[in-house]
Amino acid sequence: MFSLDRWQEIYSTIRKNKLRTFLTGFAVAWGIFMLIILLGSGNGLENGVKEEFKGGALNGIWISSGVTSVQYKGLKTGREIKFTDQDYKLIKTSIKGYDRISARLYMGNVLVSNKNEYGTFFVSPSHPDYGYIKEVQVLQGRFLNQIDIRECRKVAAIGEKVKSQLFKGRDTVALEKYINIKGVPFKVIGIFRDFGRGDDEQKRIYIPITTAQKVFYTSNVINQISFTTGQASPEEADAMLKKAKMTLARSHTFSPDDPRAIDIMNKSEDVRRFNALFTGIRLFIWIIGIGTIIAGIVGVSNIMMISVKERTKEIGIRKALGATPGSVIGLIMQEAILITGFAGYIGLVLGVGLLELISRNIPPSDFFRNPEANLAIALGATVLLIIAGAFAGFFPAIKAAAIRPIEALREE
Amino acid sequence: MVDISNIHKTYITGNNKLHVLKGIDLKVDAGEMISVMGASGSGKSTLLNILGILDNHDHGEYILNGVRIENLNERKAAMLRNKFLGFVFQSFNLVSFKNAMENVALPLYYQNVKRKKRNAIAMEFLDRMGLKDWAHHLPNELSGGQKQRVAIARALIAKPKVILADEPTGALDSVTSQEVMDILTDINKNENITMLIVTHEHDIAKRTQKTIRITDGMITEIIKN
Repeated sequence: MFSLDRWQEIYSTIRKNKLRTFLTGFAVAWGIFMLIILLGSGNGLENGVKEEFKGGALNGIWISSGVTSVQYKGLKTGREIKFTDQDYKLIKTSIKGYDRISARLYMGNVLVSNKNEYGTFFVSPSHPDYGYIKEVQVLQGRFLNQIDIRECRKVAAIGEKVKSQLFKGRDTVALEKYINIKGVPFKVIGIFRDFGRGDDEQKRIYIPITTAQKVFYTSNVINQISFTTGQASPEEADAMLKKAKMTLARSHTFSPDDPRAIDIMNKSEDVRRFNALFTGIRLFIWIIGIGTIIAGIVGVSNIMMISVKERTKEIGIRKALGATPGSVIGLIMQEAILITGFAGYIGLVLGVGLLELISRNIPPSDFFRNPEANLAIALGATVLLIIAGAFAGFFPAIKAAAIRPIEALREE
Repeated sequence: MVDISNIHKTYITGNNKLHVLKGIDLKVDAGEMISVMGASGSGKSTLLNILGILDNHDHGEYILNGVRIENLNERKAAMLRNKFLGFVFQSFNLVSFKNAMENVALPLYYQNVKRKKRNAIAMEFLDRMGLKDWAHHLPNELSGGQKQRVAIARALIAKPKVILADEPTGALDSVTSQEVMDILTDINKNENITMLIVTHEHDIAKRTQKTIRITDGMITEIIKN
């Protein structure tokens, strides 16, 4: 099969029909090129959207208080729901199987200073678990802990952009220094990195929720409760969310079907939806790509058919001289595989090259970044090519093997 | 060497039945040189094709070098052709994109002889045909006589028991025809290879030991030359 002679035989026939071979190969190369570009673009789209999901556990659920929009038990619409510590404790005890849980207050953008450096930052009072829910990476020091909560310490974990803005020049060490939040000094206990994309997520300051309630609100109000669902299945996570919703609806007397009384962000559901979408897109791309390749294969097969027809006499001579049907089939199939394989490889290289060029020269945007054809795709395409080549060669080869030497030799 | 008895062959095309060979009996001893003559359509080429295992017979018995030729699959037939038979055709049937040496070496390729070795052997045979200097020329750069000498070299290279020649001089002028016949006669004498030559030229037939005349699918005459 892989004897040098066979290759020389194939080389000499290809050399005799340069243009024909080129045109055939071009169809295949184009097919593979398009498949790679499509798959790469699909990946780019997927990477872009995945980026949107960064900065927060993929199994996180966020519940924020809102305003009722449905009349319920004689109560009017437009009623503002206010969560308190009580709700946080209620959720904590009523739902089973959560991993991390935290309440949060919305203080919004607040003026913060360090000596003569000022900046407006998003101050977010929360429980220590919020660091896990938001998946922040602690670069220096630590995040909030239970002692901070219990003792209502005036401590702050600050984002790296906050640090770089408030601690400049000679004053670069932030840990253990004090920053001023709304006139109250807080000790910096840690610096973290947030992978979220929003500017406010990069410029955040976390302080213990108990401290904020005492110092800034003098009440036990909270705005948001968030938790992660751990190893729970999608169904179990949905059940947890439902349970939390029912608990809150009962304690605040609003309709469980009211879409506005509480605002829910369920990341795992979003992730599931996008995964389903991208599975669909990938399938679509493969169908189009394979369709294009099939067009190429039919081209190769067609050309090989003509080639066999043209070579009827030659094949007849070979058979008269002792060529077995197997060796004739091998000769034709190998030629088809060689043409598709070689041309396809060129298409593959060009496609990957173009993707690389795009990836380097076009800045990543919200919905498109790093278009890439990974090794798995390249390997898949290669296997596809060899199968394609074998398919392209199969029928012509069978036809060639069926040539009867006597008829072939009679032909002039 | 070749022993056939009561060979029948019918071609069926659509509704037409053409009974081409109507019971041929022929015995050719090893080392014999025989010519087959007959009008076109008499069945002489069909007989040669059956002898060459290029076609199968419907009835009768064919024994080639002690091997019974019957119901062979393509693979077996190809092996027997390669081992026992050498072909020489009127239209030479050289592979157009291969040079003379490669054409001669082709039967050895199907015996899995290494490229270097078979090219060296091919050169030897071309040398015997006086074509050493033409070894690297393509068939269309050769004259008719040269082409037929290349074809004869190719028929000889696998050291066959029988050479079957179908109008070997049909495309050649009379001088070249005699040269080709000289070569074939030499091979028959020196190498003791059995030879069957289909021809319609009396000059050619006369140079063989025996001439068989076929008329309408039957042997009608055997002439000792």
